[in-house]
Amino acid sequence: MTAIDVAAPASDADTGARTSALGRLLVIGIPYAWMAFFFLVPFLIVVKISFSETAIAIPPYTPVFDFAVDGIAGTIAKLGELSLATYEFLTTDSLYWRSYLSSVWIAGTSTVITLAIGYPLAYGMARCPREWRPMLLMMVILPFWTSFLIRVYAWIGILSREGLLNKLLISIGLVDPAQPLVILSTTTAVYIGIVYSYLPFMVLPLYASLEKLDETLLEAAADLGCTPWRAFWQVTFPLSLPGVIAGCFLVFIPAVGEFVIPDLLGGSETLMIGKTLWTEFFNNRDWPVASAVAVILLLILVIPIVLFQNQQAKAQETGR
Amino acid sequence: MNKGPSWFNLTSITLGMAFLYLPIVLLVIYSFNAGRNVAIWEGWSTKWYFALWQDQQMLDAAWVTIRVGLLSASVATILGTMAAITLVRHSRFFGRSLFSGMVSAPLVLPEVILGLSLLLLFVSIGFDRGFWTMTIAHITFTMCYVAVVVQSRLVSFDRTLEEAALDLGCPPLRTFFSITLPLILPAVISGWMLAFTLSLDDLVIASFTTGPGATTLPIKIYSQVRLGVSPQINAICTIIIAVVSVGAIVASLQLKRAETERRRAEQMAAAGR
Repeated sequence: MTAIDVAAPASDADTGARTSALGRLLVIGIPYAWMAFFFLVPFLIVVKISFSETAIAIPPYTPVFDFAVDGIAGTIAKLGELSLATYEFLTTDSLYWRSYLSSVWIAGTSTVITLAIGYPLAYGMARCPREWRPMLLMMVILPFWTSFLIRVYAWIGILSREGLLNKLLISIGLVDPAQPLVILSTTTAVYIGIVYSYLPFMVLPLYASLEKLDETLLEAAADLGCTPWRAFWQVTFPLSLPGVIAGCFLVFIPAVGEFVIPDLLGGSETLMIGKTLWTEFFNNRDWPVASAVAVILLLILVIPIVLFQNQQAKAQETGR
Repeated sequence: MNKGPSWFNLTSITLGMAFLYLPIVLLVIYSFNAGRNVAIWEGWSTKWYFALWQDQQMLDAAWVTIRVGLLSASVATILGTMAAITLVRHSRFFGRSLFSGMVSAPLVLPEVILGLSLLLLFVSIGFDRGFWTMTIAHITFTMCYVAVVVQSRLVSFDRTLEEAALDLGCPPLRTFFSITLPLILPAVISGWMLAFTLSLDDLVIASFTTGPGATTLPIKIYSQVRLGVSPQINAICTIIIAVVSVGAIVASLQLKRAETERRRAEQMAAAGR
């Protein structure tokens, strides 16, 4: 792939064939090698460290593999030092499994709430005149481009004890000034944060499937004496199901491992696994435990991720 | 959908949009508050913006963020475009399913896992953490988003144009730059923009992979937010929101215009034939 190749016309068919073989190798090879080295290898390292033991050293775990120092025999001997101790530790301390359960619970509940808020919004957008739709779509996407951290931060000023929500409720006399609502640093604030941050992820796939809906089906249902409410549940909702499923996965999967929202909006009683992992790593400097937490989190997420990708593949096939 | 929106539809749109925008609007308004307390309005003032301008640490952080963003988005766009071409055009090569798995996984994996694994890689190969490790980490996760965006454009791509060029003796590389790239350019540009904003926005992966001396704006904002809400943070957030929204709106309008012009050109070419 030199400048000469680009400039010279391919009078020689053989040169062209060779360039394309080399080009093919580069186009496939470069991103492949990058992802292998910066995604797959790090992953294997996490798995390996999760089987190591914590040590007061740099790096803070044993055994440390150094192929250049140990050679083949030394490396094999060190493999024997790997242990399941970290995983045993995870089962003995209830903090970890309670974190996993509560992450899944919080993510699941937030997904249902997001669906309940996102569906009417997406439905309304799909029923708007065609010329409004790009504008509405842009308005839903725009917050997604704006910083996640900033959007979570914005809620602190609203939900805090002296925040804007309490100010508003006190001024209209709904809340006693002596006893303001305590929302910030509770799990409620985490729900609000997740629903708010992930709402665009729910609305976009819902809108995509509702927009394609054939209006004549609803007319047919109405002609046959079906009430609008029943027509919605028997026609609209089942047809929008691919969007519902995609939206739910898109909210649920990232919400399980969320760190920023429980850390900034949640309190000490809000257990979420992303936060537990962060604490293990940065505050306790326990790398093997942090790695084991990551491995188990991944195992939990593998099921929804695989289901999601199958569903996407199926949707793409039927869409074409 | 010819009946038009009902009052119920309009209400749910209004409430939904209010929910999406009210927190951001309040944040922006209170960045102009004269008082230190974020919830008590004491009149308009731009003093927090001036205070920001004097905050050398904040300016340094902004500069690091922009450099990481520009560099990582550009490399990620090249790698992501190559990955998209690989996935769409090359259906058979060794380890294809592994590759497509690796490209789609970072889209759904929790950031804490990605950050932790990259950090452990840098530690085990003895790479000093800082600007470069953060940039590499950002390239790795943003290139997957670029790949998805470019892939969707390549799927609906008319390959006969490329074949015509190749038949007329145009070398593959030149065919790519004079036929393929111009046609997929809107997707490549939006991929770049997405990569840039994701990099600008990232806190978790940056916190894991950064080192001394390389603090980005999200890391700086995060450490200050933990100490409490301040109008100065509202001010920096407002600036970021303004830059990103203007960029996103201008880019999408631009892309739409390019698309319409391209369609018109295609129609004219078809009519002239």
